[in-house]
This record gives sequence, C-alpha cells and structure tokens, in this order.
Amino acid sequence: MDVPQIKKAAKVYDVVIVGSGAGGGMAAYQLSKAGATVALLEAGGYFDPADPKYINQLKWPYESPRRGAGTTRAFGDFDAAWGGWEIEGEPYSAVKGTEFHWFRSRMLGGRTNHWGRISLRMGPDDFKRRSLTGIGEDWPLGYEDFAPYYDKVDDLIGVFGSKEGLRDAPDGRFLPPPKMRLHEMMIKKAGKSIGVPVIPSRLSILTKPIHDRGGCFYCSQCGRACQAYADFSSSSVLCIPAVKTGRVTLINGAMCREVLTDAKTGLANGVSYVDVPTMTEQSVMGKVVVLAASTCETARLLLNSKSARFANGLANSSGVVGKYLNDSTGASRGAFIPALMDRKRYNEDGVGGAHVYSPWWLDNKKLDFPRGYHIEYGGGMGMPMYGFGFGMEGRNSLVPGRDGKPKEAGGYGASLKDDFRRFYGANIGMAGRGEPVPLESNYCEIDPNTVDKYGIPTLRFNYKWADAEIKQAKHMQDTFEEIIHAMGGIPLGKKPGPESNYGLEAPGKIIHEIGTARMGNDPKNSVLNKYSQAHDVKNLFIVDAAAFPSQGDKNVTWTILANSWRTSDYIIDQVKQKNI
Amino acid sequence: MKRRDSLKAITLSSLGFAGMNPQIAAAESITPPDVKPLKVPGGRQKFEAERDAKLNADKFFTPHELKTVTILGDIIIPADAKSGSASQAGTPAFIEFMMKDQPQWQTPIRGGLRWLDNVCMKRFDKKFADCLKAQQIEIIDEIAYPGKAKPEMSQGVAFFNSMRGLVATGFFTSQMGIKDLGYVGNTPNQWEGVPADVLKQYNLSYDE
Ligand SMILES: Cc1cc2nc3c(=O)[nH]c(=O)nc-3n(C[C@H](O)[C@H](O)[C@H](O)COP(=O)(O)OP(=O)(O)OC[C@H]3O[C@@H](n4cnc5c(N)ncnc54)[C@H](O)[C@@H]3O)c2cc1C
Ligand code: SF4
Repeated sequence: MDVPQIKKAAKVYDVVIVGSGAGGGMAAYQLSKAGATVALLEAGGYFDPADPKYINQLKWPYESPRRGAGTTRAFGDFDAAWGGWEIEGEPYSAVKGTEFHWFRSRMLGGRTNHWGRISLRMGPDDFKRRSLTGIGEDWPLGYEDFAPYYDKVDDLIGVFGSKEGLRDAPDGRFLPPPKMRLHEMMIKKAGKSIGVPVIPSRLSILTKPIHDRGGCFYCSQCGRACQAYADFSSSSVLCIPAVKTGRVTLINGAMCREVLTDAKTGLANGVSYVDVPTMTEQSVMGKVVVLAASTCETARLLLNSKSARFANGLANSSGVVGKYLNDSTGASRGAFIPALMDRKRYNEDGVGGAHVYSPWWLDNKKLDFPRGYHIEYGGGMGMPMYGFGFGMEGRNSLVPGRDGKPKEAGGYGASLKDDFRRFYGANIGMAGRGEPVPLESNYCEIDPNTVDKYGIPTLRFNYKWADAEIKQAKHMQDTFEEIIHAMGGIPLGKKPGPESNYGLEAPGKIIHEIGTARMGNDPKNSVLNKYSQAHDVKNLFIVDAAAFPSQGDKNVTWTILANSWRTSDYIIDQVKQKNI
Repeated sequence: MKRRDSLKAITLSSLGFAGMNPQIAAAESITPPDVKPLKVPGGRQKFEAERDAKLNADKFFTPHELKTVTILGDIIIPADAKSGSASQAGTPAFIEFMMKDQPQWQTPIRGGLRWLDNVCMKRFDKKFADCLKAQQIEIIDEIAYPGKAKPEMSQGVAFFNSMRGLVATGFFTSQMGIKDLGYVGNTPNQWEGVPADVLKQYNLSYDE
C-alpha cells in the first residue's frame, strides 16, 4: 500500500484508534491511562460541551430563527450533532426494494454528545440466543464476563437507576434516580393495572456529582450536551481526560481511508487518512490498530482495506464483514390524556429523558414472535419548540370546551389560543424498542459505483425486516393502546396496521446498528474472537458495536463501553506478554 | 437579536447594493466571496451561520403576501387579556424565515394565499387583505373547521391547517407566547418531584 503521495510519519504509536465515540473514547482513555502512546483519529472537528463556542444549552426557541426546527440538525437546531441522516459529499445507498438509514455525527465524541443516555446492561439470556431459542447467534461470552466491566463503567461514568432484581434487566451500581413526573406516575399506575412494569429509567446522568464533574441541574437538554459534564459524552468524560494524560495525540479532521498492513507479516501497521482541512493524504503508524468508527463505518474501512494478501478486505477471510447488520425495531404512538388538561404550571423539565421505562415483561415462548422489547415514554410541560402549534385540529374537539359544550375541531381566535393553554402538557408518547433477529441477508457492502468526496468507496445497504420484527411491532401497538386506555387517555391518529407494518420504523432509524464484524469462536463465521481481536490479524481490534452478535432490547452503548474497556485490558495484557 | 442584525449588515454590503461607497465596493470586489468575515455565533457550525445569513438577506413574501399573512396570523392568534397577538410576537417574520429555511412550504403557502385571494375576488371582488373584516371572517369560517367544511373548500382547509400550525408555533415559541403558556423551565434548578398540592389533586403519592 505504498501510494507515493502518502507522507509516512516517522513516529510509531503504541496504538492507533480510529473514531472517538463511545468505543474509541473508552479505548483511548484506558490505553493512555495504562501508559500507552495513542494516536486518536477523528474525522470530525473538536468539540467540548463546556466551551461557549459550542454551547446551545439553556437557549430559548426564539434564539433560533427556525425556533429549533431540525432543518440542518435532524434532532433540532440546538442538538449537539454535527452530521445527520445525510452528510454532504458522503453518500450511501441501498439496493432497490431495501432500505437503511444511517445517522452519523462527525465530531469529537461522535454520537455520544447527543444520544439519549439510556444506559442498559444486556441480560444473561441476551448473550445466549441460539442456545435458548434456536435462532440467532450466541456470543462467545456470557453475562458473567461482562458484569465486572458493566460495574466499572457504572463507577467511572455514572448511571442512575433502581435495584429491581430483574433477571433480564440486571441491576447496576446506580446513583439515585430522579422522582417521577406527573404523567409518569399516571403511566406507572396504569401499567400496574394491566401488568406492565414501569420502573425508574437508567440514564448516564449525574444526579450526584462524581469525580470532577458537575451534578445535573435538571434542564432536560442532554441532547444539547451538558456544559457541567453532568451527562455522559465521550468527548467530555473520556476523550478530553485521555488527552490530558499527555500520551494521546488527537488528530481531528482525519478521515481514515484504509488500515495499512505489512505485506510480509500481514499485521496492521497504521492507517492512511485524508486530512480534511487541507485535503491531503496522510498516514499514521502504530503497533496496534483499534477501529471504533461505528458499526457500518468500521465495516467500510475493513472492506476498503484490500491488498494482495487481503483481497476480500481486511480480516474478512470468513466473508462475514458487513453481514448480520441489525438495528433495534421501533414503533410509537401518542395519546392525549384529558385528566392532564388545564394543569397547574411548575418546572418539570427534569433530566434529559424519561424518568421511567418498562423493561420487557413477557415470555416469548408464549407469543408469536421470538424477541422482546422495552417501552420508552415521553410527555410533560416541555419547552415549546418548532412544531408546537401543529395538529390542534386533531385534538380540540376530543373534549368539551371550557363552557362544557362540544367543540368543533380546528378554529381560530381567542378560543383557539385558549385551547393551546388548556392542552399544554396533556400529551404523552410511547416508543417500543425491540430486539431484532440478526440475518445474514441484511448487510452493507462496498458500492461498486460510488465514492465520497475523499475518493473513498461508499457503502451500499441491503436490509429488510422479517416477520419476527413485524409481529413484534404489532404487539407494541396493542400494548400502547392498552396503556392509553388504562390511563383514561385517547390515542392520537389512526392505529398503525399491516399497511405500515404496524408503524415499524425503517431499518437504521433507531440508531442501534450492530453486527457487521461479529465476534465468535469459529473463524469461518465470525470476524473477531471473544476479545474483539481479528481472527486474521492479531494486532487489529474492533471496539464499536460491529463486534456484537446480538443486542437484546438493550440500547447498545453501555455494552460498547464495557466491551471496549474489556478489550483494552486484553490489549494491555497481550502487550505485556509480548504476544502482540 | 443584535447578532443577527450584524450578520444581515455584512451580507447586505457584500451584495454590492447601488449607492454604496465606491471605496468599500472596490475593497469588496477584491475579497473572494468565500472569505466574508462572518462571525460564527456560539453553538453554530460555520455552514449554518453562512446559510442563516444568506436566508436572512433573501426575501420570499411580496409585500402583499406578507400583509395577508399578518392579517391571517392575528385572526388565528389575536391579542386577549393575557397576551398580545401573533404579529405583536413577531410571527410574520418567523413564517417568512421558514419559507426560505424549508422551501417545501413555499408552494402550499404561496399557492394557498392565492387560492384565498381568488375565492375573495369571486365573492367580494376584492383580495382577502382588502376585504372588510366581516367578509374575511365569512371566508375563514368556511375553512377553519375541517369537520364541517364543504368539500369544495378542502384546499382552503389544508392551507388554513398549515397556517394555524405555523402561526401558533411562531407565537408560542416567542418570548411572549412562552410567558402566556406558563412554561417556567429552561433554568438551573433542583427537581424535587411533583408539588404536593398537585399530587393531592390527582390522588397520587410517591410511596405506593
Ligand atoms: C439521537 C440518538 C439517540 C441515541 N440514544 C441512545 C441511547 O439512549 N442509548 C444508547 O445506548 N444508544 C443511543 N444511541 C446510539 C449511540 O449514540 C451509539 O450507540 C454510540 O454513539 C455508538 O458509539 P460508537 O463509538 O460505535 O460510534 P459513534 O459514537 O458514532 O462514533 C464514531 C466516531 O468515529 C468517527 N469516524 C467515522 N468514520 C471515520 C473515519 N473513516 N475516520 C475517522 N473517524 C471516523 C465519527 O466521526 C465519530 O465521531 C443514540 C443515537 C442517536 C443518534
Ligand atoms: S438534564 Fe442535567 S445532565 Fe442533562 S444537560 Fe441538563 S443539567 Fe446536564
């Protein structure tokens, strides 16, 4: 791979890490604390949630000319994501008749600057899907391997929650959870009456300050990233402290093109990258290469790292790279709760997320779909943002007016204005997040026809939901209506039916994509061993969710953090033993 | 607000309006367009700041359209005992901005305004903005209630639903509207749970 214009840097780092999100940030932190010299390459720019240059926290909607609309930022004008579903000059595609949506953030900390902070452990059964159900795949590891690392992540990063003793939702080392909001208490009560458990959420938000970070001051805006470092972002909690060790060279604007390998030994010896500000070709050399560019981007890097020795792409003798791509399922429903009309006003912002959720509570053996889901909730007297005023014509005839007389839907004038006051804070939302069954036929591959603006071949997706996921979504919709009715609420809009796969979101939309370089004991059908080390290249490691054979219904980030820490410990151990 | 004004000033001068000081014009002509000294406000990416500056410099609505939007806005959200009207809260400017920010609005809103003028021309021989208040309300009553509107008014209903949404959004996301609504958050605080009197009202308690 000796392209003449690539400048060979003289220095050889102990470790080169690609990507600074959850996986890369944790590896940079652990490896640098252990004494390794690290080059941390990040395609996006520098970001620090505490630097006024970047702060959107505590801004009002009228400080945005679009009142917070998601025109240039998918989750709103103040959201801390630089990137989105589409990035100019960095296309991706899908095979006809299939669909995949790919959310990317290009910045220090990646998507952890604005993620939902829902921090769940996988349960013991989640690691053993094939043995227990005959479909899907087992991990080459079990909960017992992860438990000590989940504990360490809890202590280092901080997560609140409650001890519940549930097998499928193992307890962690929790900070105290915030008290429920009013609508959450009503949801809990309704859940109890129909057998759906509603328990405190588990979010990586500091209800008590730990280490050098500030405590939460309850602005509900974690999506904008917290200037007090009171929530987990890889930028504030891992990358910036790692750089402070003095052993990490952070290179922003470094868009990696390929992993470089030594033609003789077949070992990885660095990466080539485009320096984005100057658009020049560069490289950086290292004794160990760790990929954490996120599930699909990591697969893309491997597949693009072709050489005579690795004609199929790097670490891909199995042909499994890119395959078994899977994202959580998602479906949702909203409701209007008449009992919440004309509410007394008080500040109920709370933390940036729901204070309660429902872990999976049923037995799939008794259902017509193989995997479970949990429910996330929304609602409350939030800050009005773009979109606030829409749809009143779908609500204001559902209950009588102030005078007790029936009201005609829609309208205008003083009585409409008053309706907005009356209906404020009276809506709730529910979203199911379920475990999919990973399939070989769902995959990403290199698009034969397209390159991005850096000249790097791009990804083409091939992804379709199967019956298992569609039936699960149907069950979600039935449950949502049950909860709504138990609350005395009125479901909004038409109940999604078969015409829309029961409201099942398109693949990728839930942003929990995993599986494109899965670990396993058999090198013929897996890419990595149980230490996330490539079967084919012993000094190449993958610490994002590409490594995961399955995901449970447990939003994947806490497991990425635990696995990256575990892999880092293994790298340190192997270096000490002179195996790599 | 000040910040936005200064952005506007920068782009206006660099558009080279007639009557500009020739020396400034000469200086500008040697400055390549992509190195405009644009200050990126906190929390924005550079491309966003540039885009906003450009959108603010552009105009979408004609004076007649803007006038109609303003009248419609104040019909939808009028002043009352508690707060001012849509136009007093700056809603027309917000709607103008959204037309440029999300161009998919342009055809339905511009077309809807024309549809409205056309209906008024047929019935009153005047455009909507020039009609008497009673005439305006007569038409609005026929498009403001989706459940009872006549089928031949369906396009007007769709237009008015959009206007209602835009106007109410603009109003309730303004300083005036937020105060009216009684949203009291967006400030550092200690969340202690639902106030006792509210728990009592709903017959709920934390110790269940
Ligand atoms: C709105 C939203 C809400 C979410 N909520 C939750 C939640 O509540 N709970 C949960 O568990 N998960 C949640 N997620 C998912 C979570 O953000 C991801 O699981 C997590 O960030 C993945 O970490 P990562 O390290 O694999 O990748 P990322 O965080 O995506 O980081 C990858 C980094 O690599 C960089 N990179 C990519 N390609 C290259 C390249 N070629 N060269 C150099 N650098 C590169 C990127 O710029 C990026 O900074 C959410 C995601 C979003 C978008
Ligand atoms: S809710 Fe708490 S942790 Fe989240 S951004 Fe606000 S203060 Fe920070």
